[in-house]
Amino acid sequence: MNLLAALTDVKIPAPEVQWFALTPMFILIVASFVLMILAVLTPMGQKKSAYALYTCAAAAGSGVVSLVLWFDVKNHGPRTLISGALTLDGFALFFWFLISCAVFVSALLIDDYLRREDLNGCEIYVLMMSAAVGGLVLAAANDLIVLFVGLEVLSIALYVMAAMHAHRPTSQEAAIKYFVLGGFSSAFLLYGIAMTYGGTGSTNLVRIGTVLRDNFSKHPQFIVAGLALMLVGFAFKIAAAPFHAWAPDVYQGSPSPVSGFMASAAKAAAFAGLLRVYVTVFPTLSPDWRPAVWGLAVLTVVVGSFLAIVQTDVKRTLAYSSISHAGFILIGLQANSADGTSGSMFYLLAYTFMVLGSFGCITLIGRTGDDAHSVDDYRGLSKQRPVLAFVFSVFLFAQAGVPLTSGFIAKFGVISAAVKGHSYAVAIVAMLAAVVGAFLYLRIVVMMYVAETEGEARTVETAGRIHMPYGAVVGIGICFVFTLAVGFAPDWALNFARDSAPVLIAIPK
Amino acid sequence: MSLSGFHRSYLNVVWFIGAAFIIVCLMMGIARTLRPSRPNRQKQMAYESGVDPVGTGWSQSQVRYYFFALLFVMFDVEAVFIFPWAIQLETYGVFGLVEMFIFIIILTLGLLYAWKKGVLRWV
Repeated sequence: MNLLAALTDVKIPAPEVQWFALTPMFILIVASFVLMILAVLTPMGQKKSAYALYTCAAAAGSGVVSLVLWFDVKNHGPRTLISGALTLDGFALFFWFLISCAVFVSALLIDDYLRREDLNGCEIYVLMMSAAVGGLVLAAANDLIVLFVGLEVLSIALYVMAAMHAHRPTSQEAAIKYFVLGGFSSAFLLYGIAMTYGGTGSTNLVRIGTVLRDNFSKHPQFIVAGLALMLVGFAFKIAAAPFHAWAPDVYQGSPSPVSGFMASAAKAAAFAGLLRVYVTVFPTLSPDWRPAVWGLAVLTVVVGSFLAIVQTDVKRTLAYSSISHAGFILIGLQANSADGTSGSMFYLLAYTFMVLGSFGCITLIGRTGDDAHSVDDYRGLSKQRPVLAFVFSVFLFAQAGVPLTSGFIAKFGVISAAVKGHSYAVAIVAMLAAVVGAFLYLRIVVMMYVAETEGEARTVETAGRIHMPYGAVVGIGICFVFTLAVGFAPDWALNFARDSAPVLIAIPK
Repeated sequence: MSLSGFHRSYLNVVWFIGAAFIIVCLMMGIARTLRPSRPNRQKQMAYESGVDPVGTGWSQSQVRYYFFALLFVMFDVEAVFIFPWAIQLETYGVFGLVEMFIFIIILTLGLLYAWKKGVLRWV
């Protein structure tokens, strides 16, 4: 009786919700529900382009509102939402915008892919928008539990998206591998969160930050263990060596546009969580985590660059190159400075468009069946599709870090941050790895332009003519323009990243 | 070495595990020593809700049951969230009521989707 009385005495106040600040999330989540129901209730059947346009409209809406909010936050300061569960700062909105862009471009790429591969339905768009909502929650999370929920929403949708190509057994294989290893990594992350809670008595980032600043924790060993386990969990999600083994198989087996979405939006969202937790909450413990991140970064750039060289499958090559990019982004985190964080964020911005464009080109070149991905299938591409070959070359040069592309400025940003932080060794290793990595991109470019056919070797011609649908052309075009525009005039993008630094805000009582 | 209060509270878990282990051993042990043991063929058959078992234990089941199991999980989870909410309905107020309706509507959308996809039809 006493217990019941005590329970009923508790008044649980409804948290105040700033609805407008949550609009990007609402747009995407309501859009995904409505699409799911509309698609089964109405015979839209063959009009699959309608799904893609609808998804693009939702993504554009969420992206525009994110930008509006970004300027609002810049003028009026960041704030917390829903009693401190989410932080609305420039950092979160930067990633909200980035993820919305990735959804927009991926929807354009997926549209014709579904028609070409004779696949059904709206589900892939529904799942993509749900995944994006998970990414938004992850980027804005101000509490480790909220962060975990966001990560799971993102991951579970991605597991299913990987299996979306019903006619290819490799697609199912990729999904199972991703699911098993993803579940494993989530367990690591969750254990890390539990350890951190044990050490600090809270899962809220602000409270953890306060405990650490006042040096209040009685059990610092738990916090260090928590940091290590969370780092492992995040390293799985961003595919950093030695936790990268799933990435090549999953990227190779998944439908090509989905691989692009995984490599861009999912990686950006996971990095958003990693950067926010380590940079804003645990800077005082940086002597503990910086060496670990240093090791991860060095190993990741080296493993990614070197293993990419020996691949004969272009999708696999790009998977390894995306691993090495994750290493470069970790270098920015390793610097543990404002320059390093904004360098990592700029890198993610540039990388998202580069990798989406690259996977867009791969989607087209893969042709019906989505399996013309051998390097030989690119032999002589410039003769049949000169523009596509040129655009793909630009994306590859950008990934290699050639000047006048966004990739150069991105690499320059993180390496100069490392040098400013006196991490000369990591800077030198990164530059050497970039040189090694350039070889693999050049090999594909050489195949497309100069390689002569030797005897009966497979070429572009024998694999059939490449179809160029409007949607994919627009999607790749956006990425192409962005990559070159940022390469020529990087100031606005650099300022966008610099003005989006993550902050910890005290929760209003 | 003395234990801190934090660790000592974890000691309760150890006692609990030990107690559970001992109680189970006692119950099984006493029952085993007291009861008569006269096995026969009938008694050693696998228990199949009262009917005679057919086939081997490793028979395959219909994949259709899988969909029903998934839909069941949906309602199961719904119940898990609704019970604590129902007990505390008054303290949550209108906000809680609206929240729970949104939750139920979203789950119903899932059911609607499954229904329209023809999952509920037994082919």
